[in-house]
Amino acid sequence: MSLYQLQKLLYQLNRDPALQADFITDATAVADRYELTDEERRAVLEPDIGLLYVLGVNGQILMHFAAFMRIEWADYLQRMRDGVRQHGPIRAGVYAMTTGYDDKVAGV
Amino acid sequence: MTLVFSGICSHGPGITGRADMAPPELRDPYYAAYRGMRDAIRAAGAEVLIVVAAEHFANFFMDNMPAYAIGAADHYDGPIEDPEWLRIPRQRMRGDAELSRRLIAEVQQTVDVAYAEEWKFDHGIMVPLHFLDPDNELTVIPANINCQGPPLTPLHRAYAFGRALRRAADKVPQRIALVGTGGISHWPCTPDSGRINEAWDREFLARWASGDEARMTAYTDAETYADGGQGGYEIRTLIAAAAAAGGKGHIDFYQPIPIFSTGCVIGRSEIV
Repeated sequence: MSLYQLQKLLYQLNRDPALQADFITDATAVADRYELTDEERRAVLEPDIGLLYVLGVNGQILMHFAAFMRIEWADYLQRMRDGVRQHGPIRAGVYAMTTGYDDKVAGV
Repeated sequence: MTLVFSGICSHGPGITGRADMAPPELRDPYYAAYRGMRDAIRAAGAEVLIVVAAEHFANFFMDNMPAYAIGAADHYDGPIEDPEWLRIPRQRMRGDAELSRRLIAEVQQTVDVAYAEEWKFDHGIMVPLHFLDPDNELTVIPANINCQGPPLTPLHRAYAFGRALRRAADKVPQRIALVGTGGISHWPCTPDSGRINEAWDREFLARWASGDEARMTAYTDAETYADGGQGGYEIRTLIAAAAAAGGKGHIDFYQPIPIFSTGCVIGRSEIV
């Protein structure tokens, strides 16, 4: 578990256009610069938004990574629900999912 | 005096970015209330706008997270997010490094604050500016309180930060408006996004409007998290704005708007 390193990668990616260009060219090489577990690395490279949420990535970081990956808002929310269904409850960080798998409290 | 206006407003990215997904009967009155705040700031003759925000890992990260920060640059750029996602175009806002230094020096008499000579505004500042200063007419001074996750500065310190900003504003010749921008209850950018605890929001706003420090700071973070979600931590910015004003507050608008992921508020406080 290296949530700090995982969030650091996504934080830097969110704010650095040069790193974004590197990530588009060779995401694996970018991931290699951070001390990630195999699971974290897989979650970034796939990308598995639901697993990133379960691993504890703050949504204020994750939603921008999802937007960068061209994932629309409703799909972003659904991927997190599916992530909890598939991988179990959130393991670290500030979150706990408080609505049901099929709740859509904002209508999406 | 030179603090001429103090108010509070909400700031979620959905307020602009998901405008077309919002019911117009909820959205349009909120936009009108925001424009009302813009008019009030203009009517007060403000030259400078201090935005007390709760930024979201745009400039500050867990490698070196300041509890409090104030910008000290002659200009700021934003939004840091994709402009198409936020639906606010990239732009440059005017700052005033010399004024910032004077404000920071006075704030530091009572609150240790980090300063930042570079600051890219995220939606937490850009959404309020989009409504309050659409033509970039005001000098903007960003201030930040870490509200994203523990360890968090206590609420009574957020109040003290607001008092310090007031003292600092009153020591400079410029006419200064201040807005605190944060959520009340919300669970943003998670599957819970859209959940809003209206009863808790209204109770907090009543305490906020009372102007009573003890009442508005009488929440533990555990209580805030349970009732108001992780977004509830941002009440710090609203408390700071009340502290800067010192008087009773008035709520111009409050309405839960789930697609904006927050209860949407516009309020102002009497400056005493």
